[in-house]
Formats: sequence, C-alpha cells, structure tokens
Amino acid sequence: MIPQQFEYSAPKTLDEALGLLAEGARPLAGGMSLIPMMKLRLSNPEHLVDLGRIKDLSYIREQGTVIHIGATTTHHDVESSPLLRGKCPLLAETASHIGDVQVRNMGTIGGSVAHADPAADYPAALQALEAKIVLKGAKSERTVSAADFFVDTFTTALESGEIVREVIVPVDGSGTGTSYQKVLQPASGFAIVGIAVRVRKQGDKVAMARIGVTGLSNRAFRATAAEKALEGRSGSPAEIQAVAALVGQGVDANSDLHASADYRLHLASVYAAKALAVALGRIA
Amino acid sequence: MATTTITKTEKLVGKRIRRREDPRLITGTATYVDDIKMPGMLYAAILRSPHAAAKIRSIDISKAKALKGVHAVFVGEDTKNAGAVPCGASLPGLRVPHHNVLAIDRVYLVGHPVAVVVATDRYIARDGVELIEVDYEVENAVADPEKALAPGAHAVHPQWPDNVAFTFHQEGGDVTKAFAEADVIVKQRIVSQRLIPNSMETRGVVADWHAADRTMNLYTSTQAPHLVRSLVAQILGLEENRFRVVAPEVGGGFGAKIQTYAEEILLAWISMKLQKPVKWIESRRENFLCTIHGRGHVDFYEIAAKRDGTITGIKLKIIQDLGAYFTVLTPAIPTLSVLMMPGLYRTPSISADIVGAFTNCTPTDAYRGAGRPEATHGIERMVDMVAAELKMDPAEIRLKNFVRNEEFPFPTATGLVYDSGDYSAPLKKAMEMAGYDKLRKEQVEARKQGRYMGIGLCAYGEICAFGPSPATPAGGWESATVKIEPSGQVTVLTGISPHGQGEETTFAQIVGDELGVGIDDVLVVHGDTSMVPYGIGTFGSRSTAVGGTALYFALQDLKATIKKFGEMLLESDDVTFAGGQCTCNKSGKSIGVKGIAAAAYRAMKLPPNTGPGLVATHFWEPPNFTFPFGAHLVVTEVNGETGDVSIKRYIAIDDCGNILNPLIVDGQVHGGVAQGIGQALWEQAVYDDNGQLVTGEFMDYTMPRAHMMPWIESGHTITPTPVNPLGVKGVGEAGTIGASPAVVNSVVDALSPLGVRHLDMPLTPEKLWKLISAGRNA
Ligand SMILES: Cc1cc2nc3c(=O)[nH]c(=O)nc-3n(C[C@H](O)[C@H](O)[C@H](O)COP(=O)(O)OP(=O)(O)OC[C@H]3O[C@@H](n4cnc5c(N)ncnc54)[C@H](O)[C@@H]3O)c2cc1C
Repeated sequence: MIPQQFEYSAPKTLDEALGLLAEGARPLAGGMSLIPMMKLRLSNPEHLVDLGRIKDLSYIREQGTVIHIGATTTHHDVESSPLLRGKCPLLAETASHIGDVQVRNMGTIGGSVAHADPAADYPAALQALEAKIVLKGAKSERTVSAADFFVDTFTTALESGEIVREVIVPVDGSGTGTSYQKVLQPASGFAIVGIAVRVRKQGDKVAMARIGVTGLSNRAFRATAAEKALEGRSGSPAEIQAVAALVGQGVDANSDLHASADYRLHLASVYAAKALAVALGRIA
Repeated sequence: MATTTITKTEKLVGKRIRRREDPRLITGTATYVDDIKMPGMLYAAILRSPHAAAKIRSIDISKAKALKGVHAVFVGEDTKNAGAVPCGASLPGLRVPHHNVLAIDRVYLVGHPVAVVVATDRYIARDGVELIEVDYEVENAVADPEKALAPGAHAVHPQWPDNVAFTFHQEGGDVTKAFAEADVIVKQRIVSQRLIPNSMETRGVVADWHAADRTMNLYTSTQAPHLVRSLVAQILGLEENRFRVVAPEVGGGFGAKIQTYAEEILLAWISMKLQKPVKWIESRRENFLCTIHGRGHVDFYEIAAKRDGTITGIKLKIIQDLGAYFTVLTPAIPTLSVLMMPGLYRTPSISADIVGAFTNCTPTDAYRGAGRPEATHGIERMVDMVAAELKMDPAEIRLKNFVRNEEFPFPTATGLVYDSGDYSAPLKKAMEMAGYDKLRKEQVEARKQGRYMGIGLCAYGEICAFGPSPATPAGGWESATVKIEPSGQVTVLTGISPHGQGEETTFAQIVGDELGVGIDDVLVVHGDTSMVPYGIGTFGSRSTAVGGTALYFALQDLKATIKKFGEMLLESDDVTFAGGQCTCNKSGKSIGVKGIAAAAYRAMKLPPNTGPGLVATHFWEPPNFTFPFGAHLVVTEVNGETGDVSIKRYIAIDDCGNILNPLIVDGQVHGGVAQGIGQALWEQAVYDDNGQLVTGEFMDYTMPRAHMMPWIESGHTITPTPVNPLGVKGVGEAGTIGASPAVVNSVVDALSPLGVRHLDMPLTPEKLWKLISAGRNA
C-alpha cells in the first residue's frame, strides 16, 4: 500500500494554490479519500497541492439568509458548529453520520463534494438544502447549484484547475424540520441509502418539502415527485408512506454485494418514511 | 504438617490481574517486525498474479532491474531450489500440490507470488513491481468447492482433473442400524462460509543472514517460531542450531500465523543470495489474498432420533474448500470437525465422509476454532431442527442427550475420550440468567404483535490443549525453563508463543504462587528460538493447559532443589518450602528465595548430589486433550421491515476448567464471541466466478466493530480437567465456537413462524428481508 512518488506543495494562499492547480496539480484536502486511492495506486497524481495551510479556507460564517462554509472545514467542525446546529441542523446532523471520529477530524466538506462518491452523506443534505457550491479557478469564480454540481459517479461540474471554494447553505427559519436517516453499509460505513429531508409547514399543511437521496444510484439527487406529493398535505402517517414509496420511483438503483437494487429501493422508501416522520416531528 | 511461621504472599492465581504486556502495547513502544531496522537492510515487494488461473508465457524483468535503487529481481525459475511451502498434515492418499515460493510456469490463485523485487527502500521496491511485465494465458477458474467437484470443472491442478485432494471416512457404532430404527430422520445442508482472518498486524518478515558463521536470524510475525525454524532450515538446507527465529511482538494471529509461509522461505533465501538483511511487510490487501482463510465447509447432515428426542446417529458429509494449495494444516482441519461432530451428546453411532476440494482460491487452514466451529454449528443447528420436528423445547432435547456426569471419562463414537464435564450446568445457568421461561412467554406476546423475537441456544464442546503427540502433526508437548537468577528474580522461558493471550501475566501468576515471589519479580520470555527451549507454539487453546503445565512441573523440580539448599543452609532435614521461604520445622528459622538463590550461585557449599544454580527445565507430554464446554443463549429481534438483526441479550456461560485470571478469560470470551457473531451476521469471503476476491478489503469485508457488539453477560461453571494438575482446559476459541450457532438458532427461532427451519450464514438483512416479505405475501 505504497503510493508512487509525487511532489507536494503546501501553499499559504489560495492564489498560489490555484496557480499550481492550473499547471495540473491535484488538490489534497483531508486525504481521507485521495490517500487510500493513492496507496492502492488507483490514483497516481504527480503533484499534490495541500489546501490545508491556506489561510481563510476553513470557516463557517452567517451572512444574511445563508451560511458560507469554507472548503477545508472538517466534518467535525460542521458537526459541532453551534451556528449550523442552530440554523442549519440538517448539515450538522449529516456530518455526524460520516465515517468515524478520525475521518471526521480529517475529512473536509470541499473534499467530500469534489470526490462525489455516490454513497457519500453530504450530497443528500446539500440536495435537500438546495445548496450552492462556489467553484474557483485561477481566473474565474462561479456558483453552481447542488443539483447541477453532482453529475455522475465521482463526476462533478468541477473543471480542471478549479477547486470547490465554499458551500453555501440556507438559514432555516422556524417552522422548518429536518432529518438525515442513513443505512450503513456494514463494512465501509458509507450509505447504502441516505435520505435527507427538509420540510416546512404553513398552518397544518406542508408548504415545502425537499428530499435528498444518496447511495441509491449513480449520484445524489432530489426526489422531486415525492416532494410534490407531500406539498399541500398534512403529513399524516398514511401520506408519509405513500410519499416515501415515490422516492425511488424510476431510479436505476445500484446493486452490489451489500444490497441488491430491489432491497435498496425498499430501504429508500423505509428510510424516507422515517426521515419524513422525524423531520415533521421536529418542526418547532 | 507443621505450620509455617512466615506469612505467605497473597495468592495470585484466580485474581483479576491486569495484563503485564499491556503498558508497552498501549504506549506504542512494543517492537513488531516492521519496527526492526538494520544497517543496509533492503526491502522486498512481491508481484502477485491478478488471475486465478493462467499459464505464464513469459516474464520481462528488465525494466524493473534497470530502476535505480533496485538490487535484484527474482522469478520462479531462480527460486526453484528454494523448496516448496510445507504441509504438515498427512492423510492416506493425500494429493499435495508442490507450491513453489514463486510461481514457475502457471498461477492458480489471485495473489499467487510471481516475482520479487528487492530494493533500497519499500517505495522503489513497489515501483519495481509495477515495471515487471508478465504475459499470462488466462484460463477458466473454479472458485466454489461444489462446482469444483462437478464433472467437467476446470482442473485447479491439471494432474488431478477431479479436483479431489483426498477423501476421508470415519465411523463408529452402528450407524446403519441407528438410521433403520430411527423414529425421525432430519436432513440439512449447512454452509460454514469462508472467512478471512484479520489480525491488527499483518504478516511480516526480516531475514538476516551471516555467511561467515552460517547463521540466519529470521524475524517473523508467527505463532510457532520453532516450527518455522525447523521447516525453513530444512527447506533451505541450513543448520537448525544456527537458525534463529524470533517472533517479536505479534499483533494477533487467530490461527493464520501457525503456518510457514512462502515469504518466510523466500526472504531467508534472498538474504543469503544478496548477503544483506531484507524486510517484507504484508499489505492489508495482500493479507486478504495471501494469508490463509478459514472455514469453507459445505456440510450435509443427517441425524437419527427417537420420538422421545434421543439422538441415535449422525451422518455427515463435508465438502471442504481447501483452496489451491496447502499450508501447514490445510487438509487436517476438517478432520477436527469429524472428531467433534457428536458435540456434547452421547450419540452412539456416527459416520463421516470428507471430500477435500481444490479451488482457485486462497488455502484454508486453522482459523480461531479450526474445525470445531463448523462441527458445533452443524450439530447445534441439527439438534434444533430435531427438536422442532418433535415439537420439543430446544433446551429439553439438549438436556436429554448430554453425556451424563457419571459417564466421564466418556469415549465418543469418534474415538475421543471426553475428560470431565457437567454439561447441563452451563445451559441451566444461562437459562436461569436469561429467565428462560419468561422469555418464552414474552416471545408468545411478541409474535402476537407481529414481531420476530428469537431465543437461541448453543451448548458447545471443544477439543483443546493440542494435544497428545501421536495425535498432532508436529508433536503436542510443551516446554518450560525456570531460572531463579542470583538476585532472586525469576525468569521463565516458555516454548509457547503468545501473541495477545496474556501468558506473560498468567504464567507469572503461576510462578508467583509456586515460588512465593511477587508477580513483578517474574519475567516470562517467549518467541525467540535462541533463548527458549524448543516448543510447539500457541494455537488450539493449548498454551496454558500444555505450556502452563510444563511450567508447573519445571517449578516442582526447582522447588525440590530449593528445598535441598534450604536444608543445607538451615542445617536441618525437616524443612518446608512455602510462601517463598524455606523454614525449619523444628527451629522455626527460615531463609527466603533470595538468600537461597545467592547461596546457590555463590556455591561456597552445595547440597549432596546438587550442582550450583537454580534452573529447571521440563518437557511435558499431555496424556489427553481437554474438552471445555459451555452454553450461549442469545435473544434477537429481526426488524420485519428491513431484515436487520438486533441482539437483545447475549449470555455466555463457559466452562474452561480452573480460571487463572478472570480478566483474561473475559477478554478471550469477548473477542471470541465477537468473531463468532461476525461469522453469523456479517463476514464472508466472496469470490466471483473468475476467482477474483470481491471482499478483498475492509470496504467490503465486514469485520465486527465495537459499536456492532451487544453487551455480553458472561458467567462460568468450573469443572477442572484431570488431564493436567492446573485443572485448566483452555478458553481461546470457546467464544467463537459458541457464538455462531447461538445467534443463528436465535434468528431461525425468530423467523420460525414463517416456516423458516434453517438459514445459512451470514444472516444479512437482505436475506432475512426477502424471507419475511415472501412469508408475508404467502
Ligand atoms: C474509513 C473511512 C470512512 C468513511 N466514511 C464515510 C461516510 O460514512 N460517509 C461519507 O460521506 N464519507 C466517508 N468517508 C470519506 C470522507 O468523508 C472523506 O473525508 C471525503 O470523501 C473526502 O474529503 P477529504 O477532505 O478527505 O478529501 P481528499 O481525500 O483530500 O480529496 C478527495 C478528492 O477531492 C479533491 N479535492 C479535495 N478538496 C478539494 C477542493 N476543495 N476542491 C476540489 N477538489 C478537491 C481531491 O483532489 C480528491 O480528488 C470515509 C473515509 C474513510 C477513510
């Protein structure tokens, strides 16, 4: 488990890093996904640019109705941030489900979204939060929605030379309830399926429903048919069941040693029902 | 007997004493193979076959050789004279494949070593491996033992087209009559799936050859250093007395480090060839592919019983997945299953057949329990099925068939003699702790609510303390030397080779009590063939029962010498040695071990027929195996919606004879139970049809983790063995053996309202969900 030789830079500024990336270097964040691939020599970058020493790339800042999260913010920082716990609890809860303590202390939100593992946890929450992802290259900066960012297995809207600079999530006001429910793949701890739910009620009707799904297919997605079916309803147990059953509709589900496509789809609906019930119950 | 006037040191045996090996492990200061560094040391990396079956057309090593820092590249042709990986088991008609340390003209499993690169550091060595070009002619493979035995299957070894390595038959009693006269016959195919042992420390070797004095130092992560020494010295034609094997700190073995592996031979050979020390450390990925696997049984059981539940006969056919070649015990493991097939029951008649099948897979060999978990799983599942058939309670049928207390020593139909036991005691104790009757009532309620609650029992027996030498491949005795140093401190040299079992502590407890010295005055040395007497090693729950007994007898010899010195020094022939003091029963004068040691080494005067010094060595041959037993009771609930199993209660009552250190026994039981639950619920080596290992890393092979474990309520009954004076039976494997059938019986019980009678492991949620949904729709 020994990587090939590579060059390593640890710049202090973002510009310096972007300069190196423009020359074809590869960003290194927490290393929790990249280093294992390098050890197995599945990935053999010649030059790594460590984003870890760049000043002001790790932050959680509230600005008006949104919260900005810097790319190198660790899963642990997200999980334990009082700001996020108070104002965007779905993201903090999701972070708490990632890997183990060591992984959460090292792994970063930028690395996780850039890696786009189809079984990663964050993407489900980011879909449900309709998060924005800010991408920065040496000469450009652009903002894409989570819906557009996650393209396919390990494939995102990132272009070469670009990094994820930050993730922007909304402040959830009162009246919103959220929940992340995950079925662990028993060996890896990644998601067989993970369902992130965010619901808002007006009076006794669901005014807004967002359901992000990970693990089920090639990429995280929003279960829009299910969302629509819930909006305007009260969220009774029977309605929840019916809505949950729609989550996997039309999805080309993954199948592997740990869960066949049928079982995954079944789990998606069971866990969607759970997430919906919990989220509705959490509406203050 | 006269009373001593000296206060005896507090008794150590039986106390919950913390392990003396732990501080160095916890503080990270222990020395494992990979911590060994030598001047000029080179590093080896091995190119392994990516194919399960292929002919090697050609190998081009030129690019690897040209890489800066590469000292040498060797292929199979070079190592032809280095010999083959040894198999110690012998069975009539056994076909033993010649497994060269590097493949010569063909490969027959993924991971088969093909070439080795030796370089100045491990990075260059690994780079060199990538530069080797091998032209393979890929063939079909067979990765399933039943498919391997089917006509027309790919021959793993062309000279044996039927893939049969051996067949074995054993019978006892009159099985034909038993089945002819049976009221019920229950049949079932039962799989004990292939498992992959994973120690925290993978294997690793440092070989250090000194040509001038023809000495070899081989550091290796092994459970049996002397065995490695004898075998590798012989294979390479070296002198055994000049061949030193050191097992430094060994981070777990679980049976997978009893073997002598290709890398141990290869590294020694390379060190001689290059006249340099060489290191190889196994990667985790290599560990999955290249260290032995365990289990791999397909069993066909038939059991004959009377209407009252009396079991009269068992027929068993085992198809053993052997893998592609043999390590030291490969073919012998299923024969242990046959020996233990009657379990704890009186069963007068048995018949067993084994077919050993070659597959293009990693060899199977001893893995915690080695043959006994398979046997226990089989009999304990079958007994439950007979009970179900006869509508008997599973506890009742067990109690009815247990060997009775007055029948010991009990000869089994498989030719063993069970030493001692009170087989119903642990079962009754477990049921009492669980509140069995109440649980059954709760279960009735749960079922009314549509919940799947199960109660599973397992009464296990095992064969331990290997063993009488005639019944083992390499001798079954053990050795110990005890030295009291001139300062009075005590050094124990033991032939066993602990790697997590805690004998540095338990052996010091024995010494402390026998010599009346404090535990901190005792050092237990093991694992270095240049320091300790020849020993067999640590496996098969033998270390304390056999090695501890050798120590006990060495201590008795030493005590006799101490007494002689005491008599001389106290000028009396009426002297007692107790509590660390020789005391004259007349004058009351006494002298301690310290004073005696000083006198024995100063040797101004010596007792008659006694030389200077205080040393004793004892080699002890056990007259029989020991047979620990116990009962595990598991309460589970299966989630009807997802198929998830949750273990609500886990009760383990183990009888391992006398307990030297309850803390260590708890640890052994907990670890064992974790491994048994691992097999029951999660672990499995999965190969695809091409012989590729699908579960080749921790991302896919589900090792049990702390958060997946239930709380284990453990207890004991104590039935000392008459086989050794310590009365100890062994506990290293008990938990593993008891756990898997208890868990599976519990889940089968939970799902029995759906008509489920048997389930093969692992009990993955998807498997159970399918049954439940099918049952609901039926
Ligand atoms: C044992 C273990 C268990 C895990 N369990 C889970 C789990 O349960 N759920 C889960 O979601 N994840 C899990 N992970 C993955 C973990 O969350 C990783 O931290 C994460 O996927 C990658 O983040 P990183 O900061 O470590 O990125 P790295 O590994 O450093 O990088 C990953 C990839 O992203 C690129 N990259 C990094 N940062 C940026 C950036 N800012 N912009 C553009 N590209 C970038 C790198 O070049 C690389 O290609 C687990 C990992 C391990 C080792």
